[in-house]
Amino acid sequence: MNDRDEVARTLDAIWRMEGARIIAAVTRIVRDIGKAEEIAGDALVAAMEQWPNEGTPDNPAAWLTSTAKHRAIDLVRREVNYESKQAELSHLTPSATSDQPALDEIDAEVSGEVSDDLLRLIFVACHPVLTEEGRVALTLRLLGGLTTGEIAQAYLVAETTIAQRIVRAKRKLAYAQVPFEIPAPSELVERLDSVLEVLYLIFNEGYSASTGVDWVRPTLCAEALRLGRILAELQPGQSEVHGLVALMELQSSRLRARVSAAGKPVRLLEQNRATWDQLLIRRGLTAIERAEALDAAPGPYLLQARIAACHAVAIDPDTTNWVRIVALYEVLLYVQPSPIVELNRIVAVAMAFGAQGALPMCEELVRSDELTGYYLLHAVRGDLLEKLDRKSEAHDEFVRAAELTANAQEKEMLQARAKEQRN
Amino acid sequence: MRVMVLVKADDRTEAGQLPNEAELTAMGQYNEELVKAGIMITGDGLHPSSKGARVRFGGGKRAVIDGPFAEAKELVAGYWIWEVKSLDEAVEWLKRAPFPTDGDSYEVEIRQVFEAEDFGEAYTTELRDSENRMRETIASQHG
Repeated sequence: MNDRDEVARTLDAIWRMEGARIIAAVTRIVRDIGKAEEIAGDALVAAMEQWPNEGTPDNPAAWLTSTAKHRAIDLVRREVNYESKQAELSHLTPSATSDQPALDEIDAEVSGEVSDDLLRLIFVACHPVLTEEGRVALTLRLLGGLTTGEIAQAYLVAETTIAQRIVRAKRKLAYAQVPFEIPAPSELVERLDSVLEVLYLIFNEGYSASTGVDWVRPTLCAEALRLGRILAELQPGQSEVHGLVALMELQSSRLRARVSAAGKPVRLLEQNRATWDQLLIRRGLTAIERAEALDAAPGPYLLQARIAACHAVAIDPDTTNWVRIVALYEVLLYVQPSPIVELNRIVAVAMAFGAQGALPMCEELVRSDELTGYYLLHAVRGDLLEKLDRKSEAHDEFVRAAELTANAQEKEMLQARAKEQRN
Repeated sequence: MRVMVLVKADDRTEAGQLPNEAELTAMGQYNEELVKAGIMITGDGLHPSSKGARVRFGGGKRAVIDGPFAEAKELVAGYWIWEVKSLDEAVEWLKRAPFPTDGDSYEVEIRQVFEAEDFGEAYTTELRDSENRMRETIASQHG
């Protein structure tokens, strides 16, 4: 006799492992992810009812998948029958066999390739017709197997808010009649960009957030990374997929070094590199190699990964190849022009060639007005001025930066640096 | 959560016998499944203990003991490191591993790897930054 709790735990684990694939397989039959999710949920309920009495099947994942698929086919049959009956009534013509082609089609489709279904589901969940919030919520729910409550906790919003986002996203997909398909080659790159963007958003939320709930940060980072790794196996020919995976692996390698024992943020150059996760660094470097083996022009994720790799392989800030980092930022600026990237480049220039040359670039960025009100612009300028021993100007910049940041810890650190200039 | 899955040695692995082709194929497929699921961090097989050594600390000395070592069942012959959500998930994955169920009983062990969160609150309280995406871009040098 099987214990109910044990069944619940097993189901939870199986759902985590197979949920996305089950939803994907069912979606291909019913053509609606909302319905597919309900049907998959029904299969879970059925398991919860049957397994404690009849014992957990040898292959629980297969049981769930086939139960869900059968329910899906039943649903489609009912709809087909209903439609043909409607047709009979309206046209008064008997059509006993009219639903046969539709059913044949279903049977043919059910035996299709599972991994293709998963890929289709990823593309649909990250479809550009959806809002950014909708894509993120749907991806975590359908592909990450997170509950609405878990997503709400991660994003520090009410559970009803997330539930609404998911409902709206599903409705939008149905309304826009988004097909359950892998995008055509002509739109693949654009659609893939949308998927990568969603994964990186989730990752960054976990990487930089984390008020309160302990598991939030690692869970979101781990989830984004897991989905990235899955995508890398589904789309091995896409350089930017490996680029993003590499970037996430390398950034994850520093997760535990980013906060001090007192809970304060630790800047990259001051981190204890002995605590960097060498396993993830190795995986990051391997992912970069996979991307580079593809012989495509490097995209923004791969370039950022290469920059992250420069840090990952250096034993300390002094031995970091800053000249290479400057060069990589220059390519990144070309591929994806942005004042933030320019600011990063300026910091690297100061490290590679000294503050003297970097300061005029920083002044130019200030004049361009593109980052007005951004505290890091002032923090960087203050840093350069400090290096050039222009203490009173540096002081003013740190004070300005401290005023501009909303972050209490950051503010404290900048105020301390301002104070140092007075000594 | 990160786990290490420890595959124990037996007389065959200690004799340096390699798996046969069918076993290799089955294990290859299993590993591929783990990679496709995004949970496989790393994994390797180990040479028999005859190619290993131990250093014994004690009695004010460090003594070197060359392999092989007795008690094959106490030795490790290979390992995986997986990233999973729960121990239950690791158990479900391990159940799918292609180890024979018809011969002598044989145990494979799952152990949790210590992570930053396990060391207390200090590691997990971190600030939330409203400009987190901008911040991250610049973090490569500054933050």
